[in-house]
Parts: sequence; structure tokens; C-alpha cells
Amino acid sequence: MDTATPAVTVALHDGTRVVAESAQVDARRHGELLLPAVDRVLADAGVELDAVTDVVVGVGPGPYTGLRVGLVTAATFGSVLSVPVHGLCTLDGLAYAAGRSGLDGPFAVATDARRKEVYWARYEDARTRTAGPSVDRPADIADRLAGLPVVGAGAVLYPEAFPDARGPEHLAAGALAGLAAERLAAGAELLPPQPLYLRRPDAQVPKNYKVVTPK
Amino acid sequence: MADEPLVLGIETSCDETGVGIVRGTTLLADAVASSVDTHARFGGVVPEIASRAHLEAMVPTIERALKEAGVSGRDLDGIAVTAGPGLAGALLVGVSAAKAYAYALDKPLYGVNHLASHICVDQLEHGPLPEPTMALLVSGGHSSLLLAPDITNDVRPLGATIDDAAGEAFDKIARVLDLGFPGGPVIDRLAKEGDPAAIAFPRGLTGSRDPAYDFSFSGLKTSVARWIEAKRAAGEEVPVRDVAASFQEAVVDVLTRKAVRACKDEGVDHLMIGGGVAANSRLRALAEERCERAGIRLRVPRPKLCTDNGAMVAALGAEMVARNRPASDLELSADSSLPVTETHVPGAHAHDHDHVHEISKDNLYS
Ligand SMILES: [Zn+2]
Repeated sequence: MDTATPAVTVALHDGTRVVAESAQVDARRHGELLLPAVDRVLADAGVELDAVTDVVVGVGPGPYTGLRVGLVTAATFGSVLSVPVHGLCTLDGLAYAAGRSGLDGPFAVATDARRKEVYWARYEDARTRTAGPSVDRPADIADRLAGLPVVGAGAVLYPEAFPDARGPEHLAAGALAGLAAERLAAGAELLPPQPLYLRRPDAQVPKNYKVVTPK
Repeated sequence: MADEPLVLGIETSCDETGVGIVRGTTLLADAVASSVDTHARFGGVVPEIASRAHLEAMVPTIERALKEAGVSGRDLDGIAVTAGPGLAGALLVGVSAAKAYAYALDKPLYGVNHLASHICVDQLEHGPLPEPTMALLVSGGHSSLLLAPDITNDVRPLGATIDDAAGEAFDKIARVLDLGFPGGPVIDRLAKEGDPAAIAFPRGLTGSRDPAYDFSFSGLKTSVARWIEAKRAAGEEVPVRDVAASFQEAVVDVLTRKAVRACKDEGVDHLMIGGGVAANSRLRALAEERCERAGIRLRVPRPKLCTDNGAMVAALGAEMVARNRPASDLELSADSSLPVTETHVPGAHAHDHDHVHEISKDNLYS
């Protein structure tokens, strides 16, 4: 499952293929949509949750509030089912999906980080990240990524910086699960299921106490 | 449904990650992870920091509570969670965890109201709530007088603060006095060594034409700050203990006076005080004194149950189960401004057969 971007997406993967998948794009309703999507995907597959042997969750980077919905849901499932919970970079999932749809060679992935910034990473091929993930203003990285196709909604949003924007715009969890299944089968370590925020919380130590006595 | 339902409750509306487990009105576990120290240097709760801390603490705190209670998740009769009011991002972590937990265990889910939970927690301390109960809720986030004929579906707000919450006033005065955050405990401690009658600070909204049950602490706060600044400007030492005691007295005087008056006006013979400020020793003492004089039975839970915790959510959840209230569905939202009249958030297709509109003849909100 992944809730790091406006897409709320869940998939069930049996180790070789995606059995069922759900992807809805609604940036404001991650909390409402995720569990019903899990239920639907399992029902479509005719599988009970306790048959699941591994949980994979996108760890972002992503705008904070939605990102946590997927992470806490995955962690809770892991605790109840006593199964491992693996993290994967959300951008890696998009890169893998782009590879599946035929994109080869070096490219970049960019998602919307809001505040006029993108989360981005650079890939040698669909499975190999060579830079990032980072958060930047599109204009500040346009030169570094010049000439490269850029996959994802973050690219589509800023055509001046990323003239060669490509699909898919949003992640579907089948790609995330597929990539995880490949890595797990190869004995590779995945990430801990902890969020990649890439930004500090907006918090300011208050200025000195403000006097109320009129001057 | 069981008379003594076994319910796990999750609370993440502010800076405490709380998970409690109760059996009916018996407390089995009360696990809390607080991020208060992280907020201290910011002089208040920073929502994003609170949300990050909830995510880290959520599952470990659930596991700790189950261990403490010596029960398995499979034995539960329901999962309750604070659906609101509170900080949106913070609530969302708890609501998401509760949904996942309820779904994975195939148990009913109850999204409940944080304020109603603060009242219901007293069942764990003093047994079933009398009906109706008058409740004074005071904390850093709320100051309200509530009449609760039925804690599961009929809670009526009589009054609330029109500006700062009582606990907020404590924090602000502590800041003026350089006493750090949170302000409540340190002011309580210093006030014990001060004279509550040393300085006559104003009692907000106590005039004869003022609303009887509403509160205002903003004017008091400004008045205390001005008094301190005047001392400093004159190069005199600020009598911190006397200021703390006199300020605290002004707050608890108004709170208890209005609460007792509400009980008398409504003919209610029980007063419950909850929320973080209910841990204040002077509030407890003055309420005790005034209630006794008025023939009102006072119920104040122990301090740990007054501050935000999961046990209070579990207590209200258990009452929902015991009274067959409809469960929430998997689309349950976190609602940062959930009105206190919505004691719980039943699912879209649920039917509550004896809802407030049917049982209550003088419903204030019809
Ligand atoms: Zn509270």
C-alpha cells in the first residue's frame, strides 16, 4: 500500500503477479479511503487478511499527513498478523512502474511536494536509483535533469522545468508490490517502514515574550 | 452484548499517544507515550511534531497496553478511538491505527468524542456515572460545562470559554514568569507557598449580565501580565509565589463558582471535573469545599486519568458496546472540530433506535 502521494493505492501480490489492485486519486481523503480499499482488494482476490505473509508500504517522500496513514496501517497489520513490514521508497515504485510501461535508460521521477517543490530522484534504469530522494524547487534541478524524461505528477505540474514529462503520473501499488517481491526473492534488504519526510516540521521557537503594557 | 465489554481505546488528539484497555468500568491498562518534552522549547504543542511522535509510538503503545492488561487482541469486544475534536494530523494517526486494528481482528470500531471520553473516564474511578451528570472539562484545549443525561448519546454544552482555555492561561502566565512549559504543574506548586489573596485579579464573565456558564481567561491573562510588567518596570522583585497563587485562585474561583451554579440551576446533584487542569490541587480543594456546601457530590478522577489518555476512550467505547450503540464503519474520518453533541460517529447505515431526538423532550438543539 502507498499513501505518500495523492494516490491511495493497495495491491495484493502473490510473488509472481498482481492478484488485485486499487488506486484512487484523492489527496484529501487518505484516511477514509485506505481501509475500504484494502477490504475491496482482498475481497476481489478472495483472500483473507491473515493469509498475507508480508506487508509492503511506501515510505515516501510525501506530504506528511497522508503519508502516515499508510505507514501506521501497515505497522498495525504487521503487529496483529505477526508478519514483517517492509518499506520502499515511493519514487522507486514509480520508477519500476515506468520501466514496466517501457521506459528504459536514465530518467528521473518527480512527485508533488507542495509549496512549489517536488520530491525527486534520478534512476539509471527502472530498478537503480542513482540520486535522491530529495526535495527541491523545479527550477533549481531543471539543469541537472535536462534532457531526461521525468516520470510522475511532479513533472506534469512543472512543464517549464521538465519538458519531457512521462507517465504514469501516479503510483499504483501493484508496482510497489512487484518491486518488493523481486527484491525479497533476491534476498535483498528493504527499508524499515519509517517515513521519509525530507523536511523538518514547521516549528518556531517563540520570540521573546511580548509585552502587553501599552507604551 | 456483554455487560462488561473488553475494549481497547486509542487517543491521539494532541501530544499524548494513549492506549487504554478496560473491562466494563474496570481499568486494565493505561499506556501513554508523551511528546510533551519535545514541544517544551516551542512553548506549546507543535502539530507536526505531535503527529510524527504518534506514528512512532502508536504500535508499541498498543502492544504495551495489551501486555499490561494481560489480554490478547482477539479477546476484545471492540476498538474505540478518538475521532475528534483535536489536531487533525494527530487524530488521523490514531483513527488509521484503530481501523487497521479493528479490521485485522474483525472487531467493531467505535469513533468517539474526546470530550465525552473525558467525562466517561470517571466510571473507571467511581463506578457508573449518575444520569444526568454535570461535567466541568478544563485543559489546555478546552474549558466547558457540559450536561450529560446519557454519555453515549446525549451531551449538551451549557457553556465554554469565549477565548483562551483555562490550561492555556496557565501556560501563558508561566511563560510571562519564565517558568517553562507546561505551566499548570509549576504554578500549582509555587502557588502552595503564595498568598491567593495577595493580588485581586479580575474574575472574567462574572457580572450579573454576563453569560452564566461561559468563561473568559484572556482579560485575566493580560491583567496578570501587566501587573508583573509594572513591577519589573519599577525595578521591584516580582513576588512569583503570590502572583501564581492569586492568578490560580482567580481561575479556579470562576470555574468552581459557575460549575456549582450550573448544578443548582439544572437540579443536578453530581459534578464531575476532568481534563488536565483537574489535576490542579487548588481546583480540587475549592470544588470539594463548594460542592459540599451546596450538597453536590464531587467526582474527580485521579490526575493520570484527567489528562489525555487511552483509558478514557476505552471507557466510552465500553459504554457504547454495553448500550448497543451502532459501530462506526471503515470510512470513519478524523474530525478536528467534532461537536461535543456528537458523542460518537456511527457508520452511514447505522440506526440508533433511541437517539437523543426521540428520548429528550427538551432537546436544546432541535
Ligand atoms: Zn483532552
